[in-house]
Amino acid sequence: MKARVHVMLKNGVLDPQGEAVRHALGALGFDKVEGVRQGKVIDLDLAEGATEADVKDMCEKLLANTVIESYEIELA
Amino acid sequence: MRAAVVVFPGSNCDRDLAVAFEQAGFDVSMVWHKDSQLPEGVDIVGVPGGFSYGDYLRCGAIAAQSPICKAVIDHAERGGYALGVCNGFQILTETGVLPGALLRNAGLKYICRTVELKVATSDSAFTQGYNAGDVIGVPIAHHDGNYYADAETLAALKDQDRIAFTYVDNPNGSAEDIAGILSANRRVLGMMPHPERAADAGHGGTDGAAMFRALSGLLTVA
Repeated sequence: MKARVHVMLKNGVLDPQGEAVRHALGALGFDKVEGVRQGKVIDLDLAEGATEADVKDMCEKLLANTVIESYEIELA
Repeated sequence: MRAAVVVFPGSNCDRDLAVAFEQAGFDVSMVWHKDSQLPEGVDIVGVPGGFSYGDYLRCGAIAAQSPICKAVIDHAERGGYALGVCNGFQILTETGVLPGALLRNAGLKYICRTVELKVATSDSAFTQGYNAGDVIGVPIAHHDGNYYADAETLAALKDQDRIAFTYVDNPNGSAEDIAGILSANRRVLGMMPHPERAADAGHGGTDGAAMFRALSGLLTVA
């Protein structure tokens, strides 16, 4: 089984990297970009028997810092 | 009085921190990240600055899961003293020993220079050598030092007088200009600036030395 975890800064937490990307896009003439948020994607190769609950546990304990980040799990 | 300084792969302020403790009269042992126990009778644990595990995933995230960190958490939960500087502060927030998190600097740049800090409280073993309101010069060297906590946590830190140091001229966007905070029992301090880099005349400043002297004085009496 494969799982993909999306980790993003929570809404309301300033994302200075996303802001810098927004500015750079503006400088390139992309004037319709109103906001950019940058996150990360983590792909997991999982052995037989692993469950979504296991992945959730991994997110809570390590993959995301839930003080500042939210996560979403996609199973494939 | 005994101090232990934790060494992770990528720590680069471990020896500076050890020297600062030694100069204040501590007997210092270095502890490797794979060790699962602190040496017997340790009074204070230093979690040093650097780039533990290459800052992979998040600064301090992997270090927080290391065997020695479990021992550091136990030590703090037993009421032991701990000082986390820079990456050490990030690690202590990742373990949950201290609240909040350190985000990328608001200006996105790595900042390495001496800044002015205001001592926000003298009511702790770490800050009793200063007067509240004192302004001291201490170097910072970080990319992710922008302190963040939710409104409720910030209010609790203020109400409980747990903000130890604030920046006079906020360099990184930290909430409430916070440079360092104390645990609820006031025995754990996490701070982004490096007091161990301002602890000897050769450093160009000695404003950090009072912290190590105060710690050594208190722990001797205890």
